[in-house]
Amino acid sequence: MGSILFSHLAGIVVTYLLTVFIGIVLGRYMYKVYSGDPTWSDTLFVPIEKLIFRVCRIHAKEEFDWKDNMKMMLSINLIWFIISMLLLTNMKWLPLNPNHISSMSPDLAFNTTISFLVNCDLQTYIPETQISYLGQIWLMFLQFVSAATGMAACILIFRAFREKSLSRIGNFEVYFVKSITRILLPLSLLLSIIFIWRGMPMNFAANQHIITLEHHKQTIAEGPVAAFVPIKHLGTNGGGFFNANSAHPFENPDYLTNMLEMIAQAVIPIGLIFTFGYFIRNRKLAWIIFCVMTMGFLLLVIPNVWMEIQGNPAIRALGIDNRLGNMEGKEVRLGTAASGYWSVITTVISTGSTNAMLGSYMPLSAMNMLLGMMVNAFYGGVGAGFINFFIYLILAVFIAGMMVGRTPEFMGKKIEAREMKIAALLVLLHPFLILIATAWAIYVYLHHPVYHAWIMNPGPHGFTAMLYEYTSAAANNGSAFAELSANNPWWNISTGIVLLLGRYPSIIGGVAIAGLLGRKQYVPQSAGTLRVDTYTFGVVLFAVIVIIAALSFFPALSLGPIAEYFLIH
Amino acid sequence: MRYHLFKSLIITTCMITLCCFGYVLIVRLSAVFFPGGGLGVMIRDAQQQIVGYVQIGQPFTSDRYFWGRPSAIDYDASQSGGSNLAPSNPLLIQQVQERIKYFETRNPGIAVSRIPVDLVTTSGSGLDPDISPEAAFIQVKRVAQARQLPEQVVDSLVRAYIQPPLLHLLGPAYVNVLQLNLALDKLSSSL
Repeated sequence: MGSILFSHLAGIVVTYLLTVFIGIVLGRYMYKVYSGDPTWSDTLFVPIEKLIFRVCRIHAKEEFDWKDNMKMMLSINLIWFIISMLLLTNMKWLPLNPNHISSMSPDLAFNTTISFLVNCDLQTYIPETQISYLGQIWLMFLQFVSAATGMAACILIFRAFREKSLSRIGNFEVYFVKSITRILLPLSLLLSIIFIWRGMPMNFAANQHIITLEHHKQTIAEGPVAAFVPIKHLGTNGGGFFNANSAHPFENPDYLTNMLEMIAQAVIPIGLIFTFGYFIRNRKLAWIIFCVMTMGFLLLVIPNVWMEIQGNPAIRALGIDNRLGNMEGKEVRLGTAASGYWSVITTVISTGSTNAMLGSYMPLSAMNMLLGMMVNAFYGGVGAGFINFFIYLILAVFIAGMMVGRTPEFMGKKIEAREMKIAALLVLLHPFLILIATAWAIYVYLHHPVYHAWIMNPGPHGFTAMLYEYTSAAANNGSAFAELSANNPWWNISTGIVLLLGRYPSIIGGVAIAGLLGRKQYVPQSAGTLRVDTYTFGVVLFAVIVIIAALSFFPALSLGPIAEYFLIH
Repeated sequence: MRYHLFKSLIITTCMITLCCFGYVLIVRLSAVFFPGGGLGVMIRDAQQQIVGYVQIGQPFTSDRYFWGRPSAIDYDASQSGGSNLAPSNPLLIQQVQERIKYFETRNPGIAVSRIPVDLVTTSGSGLDPDISPEAAFIQVKRVAQARQLPEQVVDSLVRAYIQPPLLHLLGPAYVNVLQLNLALDKLSSSL
């Protein structure tokens, strides 16, 4: 027992340490890329970028104010939306469809499009039977660009605090292109090669039919998996190539790929914290933010790993050898500890990929996953996660300033009514979306017996599944309890709307606050300034996050996972 | 706004060229240099027929073979997924109980306390190709009897097929069921 536990725990500790190390290195690299400093990748990529800039008529030196930048972001997202709807509803007769998969229904196409557009990747379709390879490649494209959208928006915020006073905060197009050419593409290529080496398929062939050793017929789905999976994690997208996501042996062949997938999804969010530190020339603040986020992460991950290793008490009571823990819905080559770790890293960061079936996790593990998404800023998704954290930061500065009777200031900029209104609205929007949508769904479920087919597990778990779906949608996470039958107009459309409202208001609001603050007059630091780069402020920040984000959900959590916990104990 | 949309269209075209054509092509071409050539690692028999993929589990039910984990989709690899049963669902406990009973009848003389949990619970993908070393060891007696082999021989074969943790340090040890069963067939035919 001792040695089993040791190697399982060693695996996740090494994974985390590597993640932080690579994140720090990447943070410095990303700073150089976005600020235009020379890097090792210049010789290779500058010619490509120059070509792209010339074709697209992007002037690298040109800068815009926040409104122009957001117009650009929205219009390019609109273009992707239109292409995606056309493509997904016409897959049947388009090329790269060797398995003769039919086109998506409009409501399914709507849900899928929105969900990949907003970096969420909630999947109500079954990939093996409901999407062609062309569709998969298109979704892969959306995974690249939605991640780059988040990163570019995040850099706009960083830029706003770099200068003493400016109204033009940068160029969304340039940051967007560079995110892809300098960060996402090279890292994806590197990962895909390692994944192929470990046995991940990469082809466009039709399903294989074989006769097994015991003479059963077996049909095996394959496809361009190795191109899809790296960006799925690097971009914190999380949409699975297969239904079982990264529990599928083709999508996650062994423990090494499992480690790499866990590392890949966290490095850019962690790196961006340090990029922020370089941009604002205050690395101590970056470390404080990192500590606050890590604190939240550890408080969620340690219990989850422990609970999954402990396993299900009801199964232990049957008297079998339960040392491997809660193996229902998990894979032997990955183990319960790595699955416990994954369940939290994927929900605090808005990846939403899974390497085990989330519905079969222990009740309080599910609660911690929900909490990760409800806060949605402990590391957070690429770009978008930091933007959420930035909102909490503004709130904490305001509250702390009020408490000590000082003018709320952040980086030498006065925070006034207009910024606070945006921040307060955004912080309230998240619980509003989740709780109202869940309540509405429960109402419909209770009053129309036809909808009883939505959920499979009886009792509080069914409630948790619905709460989870909307939390995942609002947090743009994309993980789900697979037991929920979500491929029907109600869920496709309602989660689609929640997804939209979970993404664009927070990006636009975050950039708007930065834009508004950026053009204010710089106030030099004095004895009356509330210093944000202190660990005391870090504690206040953490408290604000817990009080505002976590407590508003407590009643809902006690109806779902907490009630289920008491059912089995 | 029209200017923005026009520009968006050009940028999108550029990025599609880069990500959907350039990147995918490079990855597809580099796959040729690895085992399986991007088709997954296949095992072929003497007649060059594919008998399986190393990574995709197969159903095994006879006494002569080591069994893999229960699968919610019956190892149908044209789909994937788990049972999605909640830990509080009475159906889950009932299923596990039935599997324990079934295992006991097919493996007489094995104490219930030795049955490892991975042998009586379904996997996440439904295609899990592996079992824990403990799950292999408790089947040694049955397989050895069915094949009329000495238990020590089968036991040492299992030992040889245990995949140690990554770098002997990280993660679980496990046994690939298909590879073990193929080795078993080879052993039986050579005797």
